Amino acid sequence: MITMVDWARAQFALTAIYHWLFVPLTLGLGVIIAIMETIYYRTRDERWLATTKFWMTLFGVNFAIGVATGIILEFEFGTNWSNYSWFVGDIFGAPLAVEGILAFFMESTFIAVMFFGWKKVSPRFHLLSTWLTALGASLSALWILVANAWMQYPTGCEFNAATMRNEMTDFWAVALSPMAVTKVLHTVTSAWALGAAFVIGVSAWLLLKGRNVEHAWRSIKVGAWFGLVGIIVTSITGDTSAVTVTKYQPMKLAAMEGLYRGSTGQSIVAFGIMNPDKEVDNDEDPFLFDISLPYGLSLLAHHDPNAFVAGINDIIDGRSIDSNGDTVNNVSYAERIERGKAVRAMIARHNEATQAGDSALVDSLSRAINADFKYFGYGYLDKPEDAVPNVPLTFYTFHIMVTIGGYLVLFMALWVLLTWKPRLLSERGPLLKRLWYLLAIITVPLTYICSAAGWIVAEVGRQPWTIQDLMPNHVAVSDLSASYVQTTFWIFAVVFTALLIADVGIIMSQISRKSLTDLEKSND
Amino acid sequence: MSDRHGFWHKVWHLYVDGFRSMTVGRTLWLIIAIKLIVFFAIIKVLFFPDFLATRCDNDQAKADYVRHELLDGHDR
Repeated sequence: MITMVDWARAQFALTAIYHWLFVPLTLGLGVIIAIMETIYYRTRDERWLATTKFWMTLFGVNFAIGVATGIILEFEFGTNWSNYSWFVGDIFGAPLAVEGILAFFMESTFIAVMFFGWKKVSPRFHLLSTWLTALGASLSALWILVANAWMQYPTGCEFNAATMRNEMTDFWAVALSPMAVTKVLHTVTSAWALGAAFVIGVSAWLLLKGRNVEHAWRSIKVGAWFGLVGIIVTSITGDTSAVTVTKYQPMKLAAMEGLYRGSTGQSIVAFGIMNPDKEVDNDEDPFLFDISLPYGLSLLAHHDPNAFVAGINDIIDGRSIDSNGDTVNNVSYAERIERGKAVRAMIARHNEATQAGDSALVDSLSRAINADFKYFGYGYLDKPEDAVPNVPLTFYTFHIMVTIGGYLVLFMALWVLLTWKPRLLSERGPLLKRLWYLLAIITVPLTYICSAAGWIVAEVGRQPWTIQDLMPNHVAVSDLSASYVQTTFWIFAVVFTALLIADVGIIMSQISRKSLTDLEKSND
Repeated sequence: MSDRHGFWHKVWHLYVDGFRSMTVGRTLWLIIAIKLIVFFAIIKVLFFPDFLATRCDNDQAKADYVRHELLDGHDR
C-alpha cells in the first residue's frame, strides 16, 4: 500500500526534479552569455553581439518558464511537511529569506535591464547587468543549497524543548559548514557544465544543418572552455564531497558503493550489477558481477589507500578500525535507537516539569536533551536496518553520475582541442563529423541525466532522514490522508509536464527560427 | 527632484518600450501569468493551506500540536 509519506516524498521528488531541469541551464547559460557579452564589449565586434543575443533569447525562455517553479516546494513544506517545517523553521527560514530578499530581487531587477536595456543604458552598465543577473541566479542557488546542506548535516543550532524547535545559534556555522561549501561548489559548477553542454549541443545541430557555422564555432569556443573548467571543478569538488560524506553521512557513502562489510585498503566498484537478494541481515554477495579497483574507495573517502572504510553492517554495529589497525567500537545503531527513545521520554518530562513550574528540573532536562539530541531521530526507528537507504538506487545513480561526469571531462577537452585545431575534425570524413555532432546533441540530455542522478544520490542516499539523524520522514509529515497528497501529486505532474513541453517546444522553435537568420550581424 | 523624476521616467520607459518591442517575450509573459495564477490563485489556495495555521491559533498551540505529533502521533 502506498502511504501518505510515500506520496509526499514522490511529490517532492517530482517537483524538485522538474524544477532542477530549469535551474542549471539558467545558472550555466547566465555566465556563458555574460562571457560572450564581455567579449563583445572588449572587441566591439557585432558578430559577438549577435551571438550573445541568440543565447540570451534561449536563456530568457528557460528563465521565464522555470521561474517560480521552486515556490511549489515551499507550498509542500507548509502543507505536507508541517512537523518538519515547525521543527526547523528558524534555521531553514533564514537562508530562504536571504535568497528571497537579496538574490531573487537582484536577479529579477537586472534581468529587465539585460533584455530591455540594449539601447537604453550604456554598454558598460548593460554588461554589468548581465553579470549581476548571472550572479543573482547563483546567489539564489547558494542559499537554497545551504538550506539543503543543513538537512544533510544539521549544525549551528540548538533544540528548544519548550517550543519544539531547533533554534539557530551560529548563522555562519550553517552557511559555511563543510557540507554547504562542497555542495554549493559542486552543484553550481556542474550547472556550468550543463549550460556548456547545451551550448555545444545546439551549436552542433547548427553545424549539422550547415547554418550559421561561424556563429556555432564562436559559441563552441566559449562553451567548450567554460564547460571544461566547470566539469573539472565539479570533479574536484566531487572528490571533496566524497570526503565530507564519509565524515558526516557514512551510511550514504556505503550505499553509494554497495558496501556492506568494509575493510582497510578498500577497493572501489567501477562497474557492478547488484544482487537483488542481498539484504543487510543475510550473507549473500552484494554483487552478481563487479569490476573493482584496489584501494580506490579508501583513497576516495580518506585520501589514504590503507584507510578503513565502513560498510553498512559496520556502521550499524558501530565498528571501525583506526590507523593503528585496532578495532574501535563506536555507538551502534541499536544503542542510538535506545538513546533516541530516551531523548523523547525526556522531552515529555520536560513538558510536564514546565507545566509544574519546576525550573530546576527543566534546566537539567534541557541539558540532558541537548547532550544526546544527535540521536533523537533514531528513537523513531523500530530496528537498525530501518536506517539503511535504498542501496541499489543509490549505487546505480552514483555510478551513472560518475560515468557521465567522466565522459563529460573527455567530451569538453576534445571540443577545446577542436576549437584550437579545427583541422582535426575538418580532415575527417563527413560521416565521422556527422557522428561527432550527433554525439554532442545526445550529450545534452545525458548531462541532464547526470545532474538529476547527482540529486538522487544526495537525497535517496540519506534516507530515511528528512533531517539527518534528527527526523525521519514518517515523523516529518502532516496528518493528511494519502489520497489528498495523491491528488496534488497528479496536478503537479500535469502542470510541470506542460511547462516542460512548453520550455522545450519554445526553445526548439526559437533555435530553428533564429538559425535561419544571419547571425553574423546584430538585427537590432 | 528632477533627477529622481528623470530616473523613474527612464525606468518606466525601459519596461514599456521593452514590452512593446517583444516578440517571443509576449508568449512567455502569457505563460508566466497563467502559471502564477495557477500556482497562487488555484493550487495554493485550494490545496496548500498552512497546515498548522488551520489547526492552531498561536505559536504555543503549534508547539503543543507538534509536541503531541512527535511524541505520540508519528505512526503514519
